[in-house]
Amino acid sequence: MKDILRYSFYEMVRSRWVYIYTAFYLITTISLWLLSNDNSKVLISMTNITLGLTPLIGLLFGTTYYYNSREFIQMLMSQPLSRWNIFISVYGGLAITLCASVLVGVGLPMLFFGVLQTETLSIFLILLTMACTLSIIFSLIAFLVAMRYDDKVRGLSISILIWLTFAILYDGVVLLLLLVFKDYPLDQLTIGAIVLNPIDMARILIIMKLDISAMMGYTGAVLSTFLGKTWGTGLIILSILTWMLLPLLSLRRLGNHKDF
Amino acid sequence: MIAIKNLHKSFKKNHVLKGIDVEIRGQGILALLGPNGSGKTTMLKCFLGMVIPDSGEILFQGNNIIGQYVYRQSVGYLPQIAKFPENLTGRELIELMKSIKSGETREDALIDLFDLSSELDKKMSNLSGGNRQKVNITLALMHDSPLIILDEPSAGLDPLSIKKFKDFLRLEKERGKTIIVTTHIMSLAEDLADDILFLLDGQVYFQGSLSRLLELQMEESLENAIAQILDSKKKSPSHERYIEV
Amino acid sequence: MKKVWFSIGFLMSVFSALAVTRQVCSSCTHASFHEAYDVSADGDTIMMMGGQYSVENIVVDKAITLIGKEGATFRAASGGEILTIAGDGVTIEGLTFSGVQTNYLKENAGIRIRRSKNFRITNCQFDQCFFAIYLERARHGVVEGNKILGNAVREADSGNGVHAWYCDSLRIVGNVIAGHRDGIYFEFVDNSFIGDNYSYGNLRYGLHFMFSNDDQYIGNRFEDNGVGVAVMFSRRIEMRENNFYKNWGNAAYGLLLKEIYDASIVSNTFSENSVAIFVEGSNRIQYDRNDFIRNGWAIKFSGGCEENSIVNNNFLHNSLDMLVSAKLYNNTVVNNYWSAYAGYDLDKDGLGDVPYYPVSLFSYVMNQVPESVILLRSLFVDIVNFAEKVSPVFTPRDVFDPAPKMNRVL
Repeated sequence: MKDILRYSFYEMVRSRWVYIYTAFYLITTISLWLLSNDNSKVLISMTNITLGLTPLIGLLFGTTYYYNSREFIQMLMSQPLSRWNIFISVYGGLAITLCASVLVGVGLPMLFFGVLQTETLSIFLILLTMACTLSIIFSLIAFLVAMRYDDKVRGLSISILIWLTFAILYDGVVLLLLLVFKDYPLDQLTIGAIVLNPIDMARILIIMKLDISAMMGYTGAVLSTFLGKTWGTGLIILSILTWMLLPLLSLRRLGNHKDF
Repeated sequence: MIAIKNLHKSFKKNHVLKGIDVEIRGQGILALLGPNGSGKTTMLKCFLGMVIPDSGEILFQGNNIIGQYVYRQSVGYLPQIAKFPENLTGRELIELMKSIKSGETREDALIDLFDLSSELDKKMSNLSGGNRQKVNITLALMHDSPLIILDEPSAGLDPLSIKKFKDFLRLEKERGKTIIVTTHIMSLAEDLADDILFLLDGQVYFQGSLSRLLELQMEESLENAIAQILDSKKKSPSHERYIEV
Repeated sequence: MKKVWFSIGFLMSVFSALAVTRQVCSSCTHASFHEAYDVSADGDTIMMMGGQYSVENIVVDKAITLIGKEGATFRAASGGEILTIAGDGVTIEGLTFSGVQTNYLKENAGIRIRRSKNFRITNCQFDQCFFAIYLERARHGVVEGNKILGNAVREADSGNGVHAWYCDSLRIVGNVIAGHRDGIYFEFVDNSFIGDNYSYGNLRYGLHFMFSNDDQYIGNRFEDNGVGVAVMFSRRIEMRENNFYKNWGNAAYGLLLKEIYDASIVSNTFSENSVAIFVEGSNRIQYDRNDFIRNGWAIKFSGGCEENSIVNNNFLHNSLDMLVSAKLYNNTVVNNYWSAYAGYDLDKDGLGDVPYYPVSLFSYVMNQVPESVILLRSLFVDIVNFAEKVSPVFTPRDVFDPAPKMNRVL
């Protein structure tokens, strides 16, 4: 397992697109910093960028990487390896690379700019953790999509659709619901809406640090306790773990039944 | 060595394997033949666990192997289309294969045979089709496995390499290996095979020695014999089978 | 000339020699405050030595100095009012007051100053008093360095830390006030100064002005109150160098302005408040060099506000910069630094070349449906805000900073 993981990591890491992706983060982070000279401003901008980009890139890289690795996976399947072992290792190579890109592209320059010495450190750490978490979740989803649909064009289109849904449409629908039902107590609805979308959860964890004052201004007692207390954070973490675990289980199920 | 019993497999509505019953015993080279879509690759993939059969049994050395994977330790497999991770080098793939499969390896002999050493440090995406196939063959045969399965081994190889490869296979046969080859090049099958397994429409049409098939079809060459079978099949699609055990 | 000075000095020493200091303790000549007070005259000093004195309804109308030593405590005998100053020139220093209980009929206090002037209340401590210091019609007095700690739980059952009504020329300086309804309450109080106080954890307001004019409050810190400071129906209030911090909640503001005129708000720091400043119907207010840091909203305007000027302020990483829910007239918003500004400065004059619009569409949405706070900084909201910015439908076109600063105003 370790060896396949290593080689699929090598495979990913030598891809031109990974360099472009990492370079994009590096350039954006550095130029934002040069423009503003302000760590928290950079972190806020990078939050917006990474929350949108990590799921998108996770999905796009995930699908194409799977399609490109199909034959490699077949070759591995003729070896004395269990299917689970093969899938998790090949996927692992992808996930590690994506996380490394964010850590290098956003983390390194920020460290260089002295983020450790400022009060924004906790936001920085949450941002990196969430960027990695989203990369992991969405590349895993991409893997599932690609496994499910052998047609590349179809797989890619579905991946993009998934991104549109989670990154944009979902929030639009939530906002619409909130506006329509604004005369009713909305706490449960809101909490439900948050924990069902990993991008929202990642964002909430960050804005709970960034915009705590705004978050604390809110009527709903349930929502306030949710946002303010550790159990809210606990619920979010639990939900994020579920978001990783469920796709992993489907990967296992799909992997065990798929024909190559 | 291998026994396949009543193996069925459908891909959606396409019923590919319709009850295959085969027993492959002992050593030697078996040519697995059949027209496109007859189920050759599917059958092999079922054996290797890449395709999960709908029903039936596959025994390898007496054990049912469906859902298992350890048995592949004793199998060397050359897949039909080999597009490997593009950014890895041949040498890395050989290292990877070594770490996956235990046992003695003999990659140096194969590298010498194909004169590959200068190509091993290049990325796979930069290799020619033929060289890629050579790396592929090296990967499949570097372990001294008792069973070797080759799916279209000659694809992309130049005549000299084909000859060297054939010699290598004959040597392996003499060392007591069981080798299963699928190919569309009849001369290659004729040249190498001791036995023929002919699939037609997802069923076994003929299994027996090469000479027996020629005798039955009253033809001089394998190519003609096969052509004749396919031709007669078109005229009267009956399911008369010739199986010699 | 020398002679004159000499005679003044001589007279003073005679005078001070006449002033007597009386110690009160269980083993002293005077065992109670009353014994000492009864024989005291103007200018005398009564020194309460350590220990607790159960007293109530003391009235001081001689110009004495009352000093508490070694933690001497006046404890309300039956939970009523402790001490009333009813004459001029009284000084109370270093004494602890405790045990004034909530009373729904009478606003009992630790110290009440009634129609007096030239009083000083310094370095005293008030533990869990209903009202701590209650000034009515008092003038020219000083309340300094006191520690006023209440235990208020509900607004209806609690009193104010320093309560002033119809007063003039007060100095309230360097006090620590917590756990009351309002930390400091001013009603009809003019020409007074409030400085360097620390008011925190009060249920309603850290500092409250009603119908008070020409007052200043400078260098105070307001933390975690219902509302940091509320200024209502008042004129010419100067607010400078104060710190408004973490006033969190649904109706929690750093600073609440309601119907006030001609005020100046200069060099204050507002950080991490749900709303830094909430303004309702206030005119001719000057906002200058304030820092708004990481508030939910920096400024919320509601009701008509005219001729305000918002110049040279720093708006740093607030969730939302501004909300305007009524029409604004003749207001000036210019040369502020907005951390969310994404414009450019091609002519290098330190001012952005494109205007900054501080009122976003999402500001409105969040005002309507507070729960939508969870969508803050989401891609969808960014897109909607951008669309609104390109062609405004809901947000006012006329509220913008035409020349935002490129760097922080120092």
